[in-house]
Amino acid sequence: MGPPLDQSVVRHVARLARLRINDAEAALFASQLSMVLKYVEQLNEADTNGVLPTAHTLPVSNVFREDEVRPSLSSDQALHNAPDRHDGFFRVPRVLDQESA
Amino acid sequence: MTSRNSALSISTALQRGDYSAEEVVEWSIGRIEALQGRYHAFLHHDRERALSLARNIDRRRTQGEPLGPLAGVPVAVKDNICTTFGATTCASRILESFHSRFDAHVIERIESAGAVVIGKTNLDEFAMGSSTENSAYFTTLNPCDTTRVAGGSSGGSCAAVAARIVPAALGSDTGGSIRQPAAFCGVVGLKPSYGRVSRYGLVAFGSSLDQVGPIATDVLDVALVLSVIAGHDERDSTSVDRPVPDYLACLDRPVKGLRIGLSEEYFGEGLDPEVRAGVQAAIDLMAHEGAEIIPIHLPHMKYAIACYYLVATAEASSNLARFDGVRYGRRTPRPGDILDLYESSRGEGFGPEVKRRMMLGAYALSSGYYDAYYLKALKVRTLIKNDFDKAFEKVDVIASPVTPTTAFRVGEKSSDPLTMYLSDMYTTSANLAGICAISVPCGLDSLGLPIGLQLMGPAFGEDRLLAVAHQYQLRTDHHKRMPCTE
Repeated sequence: MGPPLDQSVVRHVARLARLRINDAEAALFASQLSMVLKYVEQLNEADTNGVLPTAHTLPVSNVFREDEVRPSLSSDQALHNAPDRHDGFFRVPRVLDQESA
Repeated sequence: MTSRNSALSISTALQRGDYSAEEVVEWSIGRIEALQGRYHAFLHHDRERALSLARNIDRRRTQGEPLGPLAGVPVAVKDNICTTFGATTCASRILESFHSRFDAHVIERIESAGAVVIGKTNLDEFAMGSSTENSAYFTTLNPCDTTRVAGGSSGGSCAAVAARIVPAALGSDTGGSIRQPAAFCGVVGLKPSYGRVSRYGLVAFGSSLDQVGPIATDVLDVALVLSVIAGHDERDSTSVDRPVPDYLACLDRPVKGLRIGLSEEYFGEGLDPEVRAGVQAAIDLMAHEGAEIIPIHLPHMKYAIACYYLVATAEASSNLARFDGVRYGRRTPRPGDILDLYESSRGEGFGPEVKRRMMLGAYALSSGYYDAYYLKALKVRTLIKNDFDKAFEKVDVIASPVTPTTAFRVGEKSSDPLTMYLSDMYTTSANLAGICAISVPCGLDSLGLPIGLQLMGPAFGEDRLLAVAHQYQLRTDHHKRMPCTE
């Protein structure tokens, strides 16, 4: 398994998780997460050769239904909790810059 | 109404006309309001809605209409279960003003059965924690000793039942979140088998682990509520289409001939001697009543915490990606670009434990580490599940402690995440294996704090599991003891 987490790795992971963290958090999380990762390393002792992974305990596969129209949330209901909306859409800051738009 | 009334006795008395649903609900809300300052069990409640539902039940009764099995029973619901009334906050700042547009499956079920949801209870933010200290709002205190935690993450629901504010409550259990607080507060809590109860409307934490389950003062009420909430729901593709037994009708099955498995892995290092003695006394009693005690071996149990905290955090990092400040939830006031909107909204909206877990999960899933952490954990999960499958060929139930210690002090573990995680050492394996497990009060330690007996049964073995727990309660009175701080 990998090396303990330093602050630069913590910042990278925070970016992957889309979380803004400050310097104090980066330092704290680096030490706390390193301890947790060190603890989970004991999994290496378990012999898993030829063992299949279990993502789900039930023998489930995809569940399909007939492709027919059913009642669902209206546009108004779907937008009800939106922090910002406009004309039936979720509004966000500009995603594309002027030139590439 | 008195605090000794169970859900079963309330619904029976109500059908007879001994008292009205309005009286019951009024009494229960009175207790919420009188005890909130002491235990902080509830995040919010709606007096008017509850009373109006109660009056409706009374009207139906006087008109001779049939009433459901939970008619007039006040029920508290953990605030990560969606309701169209009030907010659904998950005890997080990010969902402070989130109002669900639909009711969870379990809410539809219990209210159709006549229950009155009277309030939403406190939890660790997004159900991540073992003490409710991770709630963004306040910490729920243990009604048995208010210097101690109620446990978590369903600490509010368990404290509400322990303080006899409501006879029954709903919680959710991803790694012990119903059973651990039930043990700490001296009440009964069931984690149903994975797939037994629909997760529709339960805010997802670890989708392959989460289950909604009942909390009550005795096994009869737990069986009653489970009968109402269990069963297939096509809106949760992991809900299993399998008949639901009448769990109350199954409780008479005798102890004689029952095979109880005991695994030394649950009685090793870290177990408090008084908890060990309490659990051992319960096992001795069952043996005296004719149960056969059979030694079993669960060699991979020792990996449960490590396995669990990789699987659960990986699933959480994926599930909580939906809180992006766009469709619902808190948005940072002045976002720069879209990336800043995501990162700032999430950075400001989530508390430290949720951030820690999402980062751990993102790391375990990230390129270069996926095989070493996440995939390895899934393989160890197979080994843990195989251990249980093998054990249940020889035994009907497995008995163990719920927790290594009784309720710890507020603040005792909150600065050390790993120590907090280890308090789940006996509960996470049931979630990893998808089996059912119940926490039943089995005595007090020398400080007067409740000790929990855990009984685990094979997947969809709730009928037998509840019968064993009920037979134990018929012979003991630990569950009748009221908390002493009032």
